[in-house]
Amino acid sequence: MLRIEGLRCLAGGKLVIQEITTGFAPGMLHVIVGPNGSGKSTFLKAFSGEWPLAAGEITYDGEPLRQLTRTALSRRRAVMSQLPELHFPLRVDDIVMMGRYPHFSFRPSRHDTGICRAAMERLSILNLAARDYLTLSGGERQRVQFARALTQIWDPPDKGSRYLFLDEPVSSLDIRYQHQLLESVRVLVGQNIVIVAILHDLNLALQYADRILFLKEGRIAAEGPAPEVVRPELIREVFGVESHVLQNPFGPQPVIVYG
Amino acid sequence: MKKNISFGAYYWGLAILLVLTLVVSARVGAVSIGFDRIFLFLRHAVGFGRDGSAPSIEEQLFLQIRLPRVLLCALTGATLSVSGVLMQALFRNPIVEPGLAGTSSGAAFGAAFVFVMGKSLTGAWVDALGPLLLPAFAFAGAGVATWLVYRVANVFGKVNVNTLLLAGIAVNALAAGGTGFFSYVARDPQARSIVFWNLGTLSGADWQNTGIVAVTTVGGIVLSLRYARALNALMLGETEAGYLGVRTQRLKSRVLLVNTVMVAVATSVVGVIGFVGLVVPHILRLLKSSDNRFLIIASALLGAILLNLADMLARAIVAPSEFPIGVVTAFAGAPVFLFLLIRAGRQQQEGGFYA
Repeated sequence: MLRIEGLRCLAGGKLVIQEITTGFAPGMLHVIVGPNGSGKSTFLKAFSGEWPLAAGEITYDGEPLRQLTRTALSRRRAVMSQLPELHFPLRVDDIVMMGRYPHFSFRPSRHDTGICRAAMERLSILNLAARDYLTLSGGERQRVQFARALTQIWDPPDKGSRYLFLDEPVSSLDIRYQHQLLESVRVLVGQNIVIVAILHDLNLALQYADRILFLKEGRIAAEGPAPEVVRPELIREVFGVESHVLQNPFGPQPVIVYG
Repeated sequence: MKKNISFGAYYWGLAILLVLTLVVSARVGAVSIGFDRIFLFLRHAVGFGRDGSAPSIEEQLFLQIRLPRVLLCALTGATLSVSGVLMQALFRNPIVEPGLAGTSSGAAFGAAFVFVMGKSLTGAWVDALGPLLLPAFAFAGAGVATWLVYRVANVFGKVNVNTLLLAGIAVNALAAGGTGFFSYVARDPQARSIVFWNLGTLSGADWQNTGIVAVTTVGGIVLSLRYARALNALMLGETEAGYLGVRTQRLKSRVLLVNTVMVAVATSVVGVIGFVGLVVPHILRLLKSSDNRFLIIASALLGAILLNLADMLARAIVAPSEFPIGVVTAFAGAPVFLFLLIRAGRQQQEGGFYA
């Protein structure tokens, strides 16, 4: 369970997160949406432990974030950001192995190599293992980064949940890979993992999320279970866009059309 | 490209090559020493087979001049190459090296200051530093120069390559201007040594300065290996490395410190030798891998080999005289670098997504 209490964050001397209090429970896919500049990425960095808090408290299973060491945190919390820029040729399996760095001190054990293999197998990138990352397509790179995040929190910790945070994981993907990636995220729901993802596309959020949190100007505009919370008035208030929420004849989740 | 050769095989192959290069390099020079004599002198040096007679002039030349020079050359090559690896990992860019980022010229400036003003420096601290006075000033110069370039180039946690190269040019020009000023106000022999030394020279090698460089080189490599894994994670970016448990700020300042000590001490002894730190890691990346653990060990070995080859060339071409080794590394290094750049670009295009 991730708890956030009265969180405030500064960026460039400006208060970009003002008084956020919420919680993310394991066994569900939580999605954060909001317009550009609403503080989504800063929010995610703050509860990941990579952004200084101006005020408030964040607890992982009741343990305050500031009392967790970096290593202890990195053994149970993985973050997949927007595609990192790489300037060096690196093999795909070397990058996936980086997810195991918090778990070994000099040489990876057989257990670590086994995990990397299993993660690559799950995302069907085993055939890319020996390839140079720089020669991969955007979709392949995204899957490699996701595999790296998975290996980081592959084994459940002795006590407490695992945490997986995704910052716009599908931003540079075509629709096929968008769905493929979110399907593989959905697979993890139900294994004591706290999963939080930032998404831009409200329809994708509706299709995959269990709960949606709307962020506007560093504050929570609304949060709740996925279909119920999404209303045209809320979309107008948060994004300033007119919309209609329609019944989807092909599935249980509604769809949004704009204009 | 033989990428399937294991790391271990590379280390052994390079180590054997290094020993061969050292022996051959010890042979060449103003006086050529036969291989049989070299092995005899080496046996004498470790205390075997000496018959009580005083060592010959040839043996003295070998032990007091040739051997420290060859070893100093190997150590310098290792230091500069490992420094290239460290700086490239730190700046997250493959076109950085101590010569381009101001480290070497900053060290040169600090050392030139001691050359010219050293006599006027007095006080208890000067005596306390003793033979470390020159490396200490070189370290101060190198530290300020590197820190300046890093601060200018690192905007909001991202290193801008253009700014980095321009900042390097500016700091290099500043340091070169300062060094030039010292060589202008210097008396003639001092000035000549500054000019010669600005292009890199190993002719000043003796056991004392070789020993100092050996300490920083070996110590620096051992420490660098401890940071290798964190530097690998840093390839993904500072935030990503942080998510993997790396304390990025601490890592950066420590690597910068280790790197500056290594380069400053070597530069204070041999002068400015460019392109080694650029070319050696590049060759190894193309041959095998960008894994920093591999790059640090293999660069140390390959750097030692290549700089000894360059020094042999510098001694052989105009024997019995010699010319600055920095000239050789620039002539050999710059075209190789351009060639590698072109080839790397083409490879990326052929196999890449946007081809």
